[in-house]
Amino acid sequence: MRRMSGFNMIALTLGFAFLYIPMVILVIYSFNESKLVTVWAGFSTKWYGSLAQNQQFLDAAWVTLRVAFFSSTIATVLGTMAAYALIRSGRFLGRTLFSGMIYAPLVMPDVITGLALLLLFISIGLDRGILTLVLAHTTFAMCYVSVVVSSRLMTFDLSLEEAARDLGCTAAEAFRLVTLPIIAPAVISGWLLAFTLSLDDLVIASFTSGPSSTTLPIKIFSSVRLGVSPEINALSTIMIGIVAVGVLAASLVSKRSLVKRQADEAAAVRAEAA
Amino acid sequence: MIRFENVTKRFGSFVAIDNLSLDIYEREFFALLGPSGCGKTTMMRMLAGFENPSEGNIELDGADIVDVPPNKRAVNMMFQSYALFPHLSVHDNIAFGLKREGMAKDKISARVAEMLRLTRLEKFASRKPHQISGGQRQRVALARSLAKAPKLLLLDEPLGALDKKLREETQFELMDIQEKTGTTFVIVTHDQEEAMTVASRVAVMDAGVLKQVATPSQIYENPNSRYVADFIGDVTILEGRARKEGNRYELAWADGQPPIVAQSALEIGPGDTCYYAIRPEKVEIHHDKPEDDNVLQGKVIDIGYLGNISTYHVQLANGQTIRAQNFNTERSTQQAFTWDDTVWVNWTDRCGILLAN
Amino acid sequence: MRRAIVYLIPFTWLLVLFLVPFLIVFKISLSDVALARPPYTPQLDLSQGLSGILDFVRELDFENFIFLTTDSLYWKAYLSSLKIAAVSTFLTLLVGYPMAYAMARAREDWRPTLLMLIILPFWTSFLIRVYSWMGILGTEGYLNQLLLWLGIVSTPLQILNTNWAVYIGIVYTYLPFMILPIYSQLDRLDGALLEAAEDLGCSRASAFWLVTFPLSRPGVIAGCFLVFIPTLGEFVIPSLLGGSSTLMIGKVLWEEFFSNRDWPVASAVAVVLLIILIIPIILFQKNQQKQAEAEA
Repeated sequence: MRRMSGFNMIALTLGFAFLYIPMVILVIYSFNESKLVTVWAGFSTKWYGSLAQNQQFLDAAWVTLRVAFFSSTIATVLGTMAAYALIRSGRFLGRTLFSGMIYAPLVMPDVITGLALLLLFISIGLDRGILTLVLAHTTFAMCYVSVVVSSRLMTFDLSLEEAARDLGCTAAEAFRLVTLPIIAPAVISGWLLAFTLSLDDLVIASFTSGPSSTTLPIKIFSSVRLGVSPEINALSTIMIGIVAVGVLAASLVSKRSLVKRQADEAAAVRAEAA
Repeated sequence: MIRFENVTKRFGSFVAIDNLSLDIYEREFFALLGPSGCGKTTMMRMLAGFENPSEGNIELDGADIVDVPPNKRAVNMMFQSYALFPHLSVHDNIAFGLKREGMAKDKISARVAEMLRLTRLEKFASRKPHQISGGQRQRVALARSLAKAPKLLLLDEPLGALDKKLREETQFELMDIQEKTGTTFVIVTHDQEEAMTVASRVAVMDAGVLKQVATPSQIYENPNSRYVADFIGDVTILEGRARKEGNRYELAWADGQPPIVAQSALEIGPGDTCYYAIRPEKVEIHHDKPEDDNVLQGKVIDIGYLGNISTYHVQLANGQTIRAQNFNTERSTQQAFTWDDTVWVNWTDRCGILLAN
Repeated sequence: MRRAIVYLIPFTWLLVLFLVPFLIVFKISLSDVALARPPYTPQLDLSQGLSGILDFVRELDFENFIFLTTDSLYWKAYLSSLKIAAVSTFLTLLVGYPMAYAMARAREDWRPTLLMLIILPFWTSFLIRVYSWMGILGTEGYLNQLLLWLGIVSTPLQILNTNWAVYIGIVYTYLPFMILPIYSQLDRLDGALLEAAEDLGCSRASAFWLVTFPLSRPGVIAGCFLVFIPTLGEFVIPSLLGGSSTLMIGKVLWEEFFSNRDWPVASAVAVVLLIILIIPIILFQKNQQKQAEAEA
């Protein structure tokens, strides 16, 4: 109804400029010929080439992807279970402790979580490597998954599950055949969130990884500490590109399913009227 | 007191109000009545100052108010959603407008107390809006909009959110408060019963145009068009051609049916198409043929029993249905008329209305 | 029985990998540093039975915590973390509120897109977002190049490696956390309330301060906590954008652990940080609960 006022226009323009210009600059200068990143010396893709040759980066990327895949998958299973327990089980022994432990990692500084996990692994004599990384990432990621899934479960109509039980399902079947398909979008976005968090994590990984399991963020961090580098610009561009494509695809899919749903509903109304 | 002069309001290409002129007088309880989308809310928002007319003038007490912003108008509005500020108590909601005026503290508290008394909310002054019932919220909204003693109070579907019983009670309360404060009230509603009950004058609107502006009884008994007759109350409308017979008209409306006679001051040329509206409570129903004007024979096909009255749907030989209402004055389990009874319906020549359009 | 498994598995997981580690941190914070592997004493020796446990407990003390109070580095770091977190939370609010407001006022069909644009940076790497400012803020960075070219400054500004760079980095990375809760409050604000305020004599500006802002306050509070709490323990931003004078406790802990290899002191630093964090976390929970009740 109301037209956007000048103030609002300016706030949005400046705000989005602030959010996006740094990344745009990063992308542009990744195609810079010069090694001096702040001086433009013509278009070139040579840094992508040198990135592809850099075995250390490739190894780190491979470690990161594996850790992210396993930890997010385990975290999704555990987080969904935790959400289900929190929303459905009512009172049980240690419920307050349990829900506290679900929410605490969300606000815990990474340095503390990392330190704590490292001290645990050392005191039980577990060598640091991919396994400890997966354990650490699963632990904090499952809490995020559980928050995403439980917010969906809270609005879930319980009578759907009861109807399934009434029609002869066991509790497990009711969950598998009715509840899970309905909450699937939340579970999937929980998985995606866990995956990105794992890809992104520097601090906890620094504490819990061993020399054989350096992840990409650790590699990036140790190299950018020394200053801006064109190779990192190229790597960042690739990562930004993957996210952009992923989010775009996801929004297209969800938009298309929304449009299809609306069309179906309209068709149903028309069929009823006829 | 309020004058709309050739007001037109367009939203894009949609014409919400079409060249409309209207006067509303002081101390009047005026109702704008019409279906949703007829432009009644736009009229009110123009009075409050949230919309400006595309063309024409709006005057309040002889002064043009089109360019006066809403916060500078001596007009207050009671919103359909009540729009109570959820972070303020009942007391502070009522005091809100007074504080904006920069009124002295003790005067504010006296005025708020007066408003609380008027709306019987004394006990709830410190509650927040979500801690009181729907009917109480409605009264807070009323008290808040009356607190500044506006010249004109606008009420946007004020009772829409209440249930039927509470609504009826509140209608009388509203009239009472209007009388006590002497404020001019303009109410917007789509509920014809509400408009008829509370208002001293009613404007029936359709598609941005005023159809009729008159007192409730005039609107009901002397509608000026099929639209108004049909919109207000129950009615059966017949179409035919009229012929003047002395001081009455004879309406030929169907083959094989006797003509309907009606008194009317209307000037209708011979052979012109016109309409005849008859309300069910004016139609009598008999087992035996009565000796009177406008007697028609038919069969009872439907009965609506409402306790105090019963409505009979009587189908004539040509398929036309006439509705007749009877008061159930006696307690008897046996209905006087039942399905498939052959009956006679009749009414006098003064009961129906002849309409030109 | 089946039901029990559903919660026992994640419950046990969190007990072992979340609660127990914290107990270990607490225990080590009471121990002494030693040139050993692991580098602290005493070690719990269960083979000697009860006397072993008693010996172990007897050797624990609060020495490390006393040390934290004697060396000014630590309490300065805590204070400076609090200051940096508070200032940057305020700055984030200054930037975030107008954006949230403008989004809530934007055309209905634009809002999902605007919302996606706010969330999108969150999906890209945090590290890369912080890194992107290194090239901008450096003495030869793009910002200084622009300012010199415009003639606003004659010598490059030193921004990188100062607290200002840290503020910018925090505002930049935590902006979505501020915008989203405020937006969700403003979005559900009933437009009729503002009309009612105007109808009762408010100007546009006073309607904002009397109605819009108080009603968005739960979102503002939530947003401030969501920025303040994680910033307090932030490590990446001060170490990449801050300078040697930027003291933040996350960085101190990191150096204590990786450079000095003083695990007991690092643990003590962590325990104190946790204690400081408990207050805002509890306040945040209270705020969320109050809001949930108000909506019910």
